[in-house]
Amino acid sequence: MEAKTKYLLHLADNPLILGQRLAEWCGHGPVLEQDIALTNSSLDLIGQARLLFQYIASLPGQDTNEDKLAMTRYEHQYLNLLLVEQPNQNFGHTIARQFLYDAFNIIQYEALSEHADEQLKGIAAKTLKEIRYHYRYSSEWVVRLGDGTEKSHHITQEAFNELWRYTGELFNMASYENELQESGYALDVTLLEPEWQNRVSSVATRAGLKLPKDEVMMLGGKEGKHTEHMGYILTELQYMQRTYPEMNW
Amino acid sequence: MLKDDVHIIRKQIAGLLHEVSDPEIPVVSIVDLGMVIDIRPENSHWHIDLAPTYSGCPAIDVIPMLVKTHLAEAGFSDIRIEMEITPPWSTDWISDRGNQKLLAYGIAPPNGRAADQAYEGTPRNCPQCGSEDTELISQYGATPCKASYRCLSCLEPFEYFKCF
Ligand SMILES: [Zn+2]
Repeated sequence: MEAKTKYLLHLADNPLILGQRLAEWCGHGPVLEQDIALTNSSLDLIGQARLLFQYIASLPGQDTNEDKLAMTRYEHQYLNLLLVEQPNQNFGHTIARQFLYDAFNIIQYEALSEHADEQLKGIAAKTLKEIRYHYRYSSEWVVRLGDGTEKSHHITQEAFNELWRYTGELFNMASYENELQESGYALDVTLLEPEWQNRVSSVATRAGLKLPKDEVMMLGGKEGKHTEHMGYILTELQYMQRTYPEMNW
Repeated sequence: MLKDDVHIIRKQIAGLLHEVSDPEIPVVSIVDLGMVIDIRPENSHWHIDLAPTYSGCPAIDVIPMLVKTHLAEAGFSDIRIEMEITPPWSTDWISDRGNQKLLAYGIAPPNGRAADQAYEGTPRNCPQCGSEDTELISQYGATPCKASYRCLSCLEPFEYFKCF
């Protein structure tokens, strides 16, 4: 597969898988308003993934469509970050996962909305508006929980401790990203780390949370090597298409 | 097609589009919502560019279908619709009439221009009693485009259409 297609799949798989994770909250949110907030964010994310899948399917030589891309690939063909596939545990954990991702995505999509590829640029500009909302939501909740009760602080700190090992991957170049450096098609994600660190540590300070240090970082999702949780997500996500191939609404 | 004919038909189509709305905001037509970008003849058919509001809006696939059905009923059978995401739709594109209709329907319209601010803004006043004394309940309402508020004067909850 071409490096460009892989890169676009990586960009599409992140919101697809995180959107699926957030959808699991439907009917299980801690209060009605937050249940709605999480599922609304899920809809945004899946909408963002659709724009990218539609774009990939429209590229020359692609004999596919958005549904096939989203629902019929095998696990090793999904190129999302390990962070977004981590299972839901509690509201604080979901907020921490969302925040770490949103803080990265704002920076990533600000850069992508200046992309030389007009299509990708347009998708990024549309997506960036939504990411800003998501970031505002998740960062405010990190502060509220971190600076809240003893229990909410503890739960959120635990979540940061546990999820931190998946953040190194955000700034680790995949083979296809390296390949696309010469043409400038892929961002150099290593350059995004300082601003991400600034954003994350300023919110963590307001929240009274400590950021883990010297964690061994887990890598592989961007190359299709996933944690054990990925198979379970796909089982649910792909159930209908696997059971009734090419079914339509 | 003669130039005059094109003009007349375009007006006719625009008029028909005023009768189609997003099922989640039934009081405001897609024209007043700022979703209709262009109506133009192309070879033997008419082409309509629509701007999707939110990426995750479940109505994203329904609206083109509603447009096609409504226009077909009026005799326009060959209509092509394209979703145009650049530049991205903004609440700044909602017409004054659209904003008035939202308010009359009980939804506080966007207060301020999205282009001037990164965030959603706050409602000017309660759509029920007009009080300016309101508080945020949640950044999300029944749909991603709205936030939930409560009026501290009449105590009624209401939705606010966020600047976006
Ligand atoms: Zn009131």
